[in-house]
Amino acid sequence: MLNTEPNLAAPDDFYEALLALHQDLTPDQARAVDARLILLLCNHVGDMAVLRQAMARARQGIEPAGHDATLAASA
Amino acid sequence: MHVDYQSLRFEYRRSPDQSSAEVARHPVVVVGAGPVGLATAIDLAQSGQRVLLLDDDRCLSSGSRAICFAKRTLEIFDRLGLGERVVEKGVTWNRGRVFHREAPVYGFDLLPEGGHRRPAFVNLQQYYVEGFLLDRAGALPNLEIRWGNRVTAVEDGAEGVRLTVETPEEAYGVLAEYVVAADGARSPVRRAMGLESRGRTFRDRFLIADIRMAADFPAERWFWFDPPFHPGQSVLLHRQPDGVWRIDFQLGWDADPVAERAPERVIPRVRALLGHDDFTLEWVSVYTFSCLRMERFRHGRVIFAGDAAHGVSPFGARGANSGVQDAENLAWKLALVLRGEAPDSLLDSYDAERVAAADENILHSTRSTDFITPKSESSRAFRDAVLDLAGDCAFARRLVNSGRLSTPSTYGGSPLSTPDTEGFAGSAVPGAPAPDAPLGGDWLLRRLGGGFVLLHFGEAAPEVPETVPALRAVAVTPGEDAEGLAAARYDARPGTTYLIRPDQHVAARWRRFDPAAVRAALDRAVGRAGEGAGC
Repeated sequence: MLNTEPNLAAPDDFYEALLALHQDLTPDQARAVDARLILLLCNHVGDMAVLRQAMARARQGIEPAGHDATLAASA
Repeated sequence: MHVDYQSLRFEYRRSPDQSSAEVARHPVVVVGAGPVGLATAIDLAQSGQRVLLLDDDRCLSSGSRAICFAKRTLEIFDRLGLGERVVEKGVTWNRGRVFHREAPVYGFDLLPEGGHRRPAFVNLQQYYVEGFLLDRAGALPNLEIRWGNRVTAVEDGAEGVRLTVETPEEAYGVLAEYVVAADGARSPVRRAMGLESRGRTFRDRFLIADIRMAADFPAERWFWFDPPFHPGQSVLLHRQPDGVWRIDFQLGWDADPVAERAPERVIPRVRALLGHDDFTLEWVSVYTFSCLRMERFRHGRVIFAGDAAHGVSPFGARGANSGVQDAENLAWKLALVLRGEAPDSLLDSYDAERVAAADENILHSTRSTDFITPKSESSRAFRDAVLDLAGDCAFARRLVNSGRLSTPSTYGGSPLSTPDTEGFAGSAVPGAPAPDAPLGGDWLLRRLGGGFVLLHFGEAAPEVPETVPALRAVAVTPGEDAEGLAAARYDARPGTTYLIRPDQHVAARWRRFDPAAVRAALDRAVGRAGEGAGC
């Protein structure tokens, strides 16, 4: 079960560290850091049910406005 | 004796069917003499069935094409009588390595345990495999191959399937009780029937350069992401017999498929990898790929197999291997139905089992492709992050996906399987392929052979009841299972009995031999469940 109750002992310290992590990065560099961070944390959590809940919450309210690069095929 | 199978040309020979006043009837016509059609025809002919195999061409595969033949395919080839030849000629390998830039990030051993007759993979050019299949087919008098015979129309009628066949002379018709369409990705039979295979195409292009050279790379699958000699793209290297090496370069969607095939474009790419010019080009191809499948593989009396029925990316070697597994799933069922030993509805289980297998292959193939060819900026960011972390974080190595290599499907929930009523551990569940194990100087799968078999763990095989189809029993004694590998892989105790299908998949298992339970399981395995007592 995804814990959405306060779980960080020092929330302001955490948030400062999160922003510092991205300081002076281009959007591409920041995306690379975020991707690594997400992978590290997901492995640490390990529980697929929790991860799916977190993914669903993260995606909430965002309607796709882009397009993946695959094409419908038929033969 | 060395045969250049690529250069063989087969004669078109006029068949008496072409002059016959009445349309000639055949119990089963297989269309397409590729690996799948040949395997189907051989399997049917081995079981005593008369088979007609039609091919529109007059030669075997040109170019290496499929080169990786998986353990299960080799076991099928053993049953078809060419396993030893394929393994002897092929390059055996079990290990793969993945590199990011110049650094190794991940290695895998596909067959980490001993006690299997066949390795995880053998690399062998498709024309050799087809040639060996063809040699085997030639030894079966009830298997007739007609080259230069192109099927152009298919009509499923009351009398059977009527095929119109064009030849270098006049066109003629044949009537078939059943037709197996193993005529490839562009399947003319599928087109003639107005059917489609649907899915996704990935926006990427790849260059296959098969080269001939003397080199001492080990017999392993090497895969690079973003190597210095081909920056930003991936490269795959594989060893084949005769000093031939497969190199597969990712080119990207914008590459010009015609220009990239020119030797002056290919040679510098190969030189960048090798650091020298000491090679010759053997075969070059630029391809793009799709993951797709037909909605159903069975359409009345016409049954589709292999690339005609489904398509995957080459990463994972799931094309030819799954096609040969289609063939073996279909052949025994068709043979029983044609002999009147099973109802026609048994063929529906081919559809159920092999559609599920195709979905499994497409799932793995799609995941590999999503890793190799990221389809958005964000999937590229995650892919690059995985490769970066893989250097020092063990968990990330498990996420690196350069192709999950072909393993046979377990037909979970198959209508042909009898669910367990007793506790069993291990992987040999109903629907699973029977695992191999050494038995003294013999091998378990060799002992099983074909047909329905009762595999009994004990000093002597039990006396089998009279059944249709016939049943054989084989025993595995504790003495010959010296290392206990067979007992471990089947979670067997004295008395444990398995019912194995002709395609060497598990149909049922019990802790003791019970003739009534065996009859009931056999009825179910041939599609007679719910039709009252078997005979």
